[in-house]
Amino acid sequence: MTSPVPSCPVAIRIQEDDFDIAREIAVLTKSRTDIGAVVSFSGICRADEDSSRIAALTLEHYPGMAEEEIRRHVEESTSRWPLNGVTVIHRVGRFMPGQNIVLVLTASQHRRAAFEAAEFLMDYLKTSAPFWKKEESAAGAGWVEAHARDDEAAARWTRS
Amino acid sequence: MKVKYFAWVRERVGKAEETIEPPATVRTVEELIAWLSGRSEAYAYAFEKPKVIRTAIDHAHVKADAAIAGAREIAFFPPMTGG
Repeated sequence: MTSPVPSCPVAIRIQEDDFDIAREIAVLTKSRTDIGAVVSFSGICRADEDSSRIAALTLEHYPGMAEEEIRRHVEESTSRWPLNGVTVIHRVGRFMPGQNIVLVLTASQHRRAAFEAAEFLMDYLKTSAPFWKKEESAAGAGWVEAHARDDEAAARWTRS
Repeated sequence: MKVKYFAWVRERVGKAEETIEPPATVRTVEELIAWLSGRSEAYAYAFEKPKVIRTAIDHAHVKADAAIAGAREIAFFPPMTGG
């Protein structure tokens, strides 16, 4: 007898409003007894970038494609790891240091799948989901340049 | 077809979107970028380093040699920096 495939609810939201991590975890795990691990990653606007002080950060996105691109990677994550739930929330708008930007929650029976899937999703969010950051500092405003280290982080998940 | 621009590509072009009708000789993303670059200094500046520009056709990433035939919406943007 094969065990039933656990259901894997997926929530993807792009929003200006802040999110409440505890509330999102509660929603993901409500009435579930098959989840043994939830990994939570939150990305936060920080004040220092390459030794310059950041006053604020503006996040722009490509509406429509951003949701679809995140969904494609969430679907790949659920095919690669036995996940019992995924939540991805990406905020857009203008942020001050200390404010939340992104949340990834992955739920699984065991921790390894949840850890790996969360890392996989973040690596692809950074390099493939159509979002762009513009920094404001004392020197003025400028678009953040993509880092080769982020491409390298995403490339290690590529299957030949 | 509809064309969209994001981040500094949008700022350099000076608009977020427009409808264009390239000639039939423009068949690939690479050729479209070259054709757009010839329109004005603003486009030439936006596309001055074509290898840096990323392109999506109908919400999916494509490479420079992708065919544009049948595309409803083509978007040009810099490498992504979200997350």
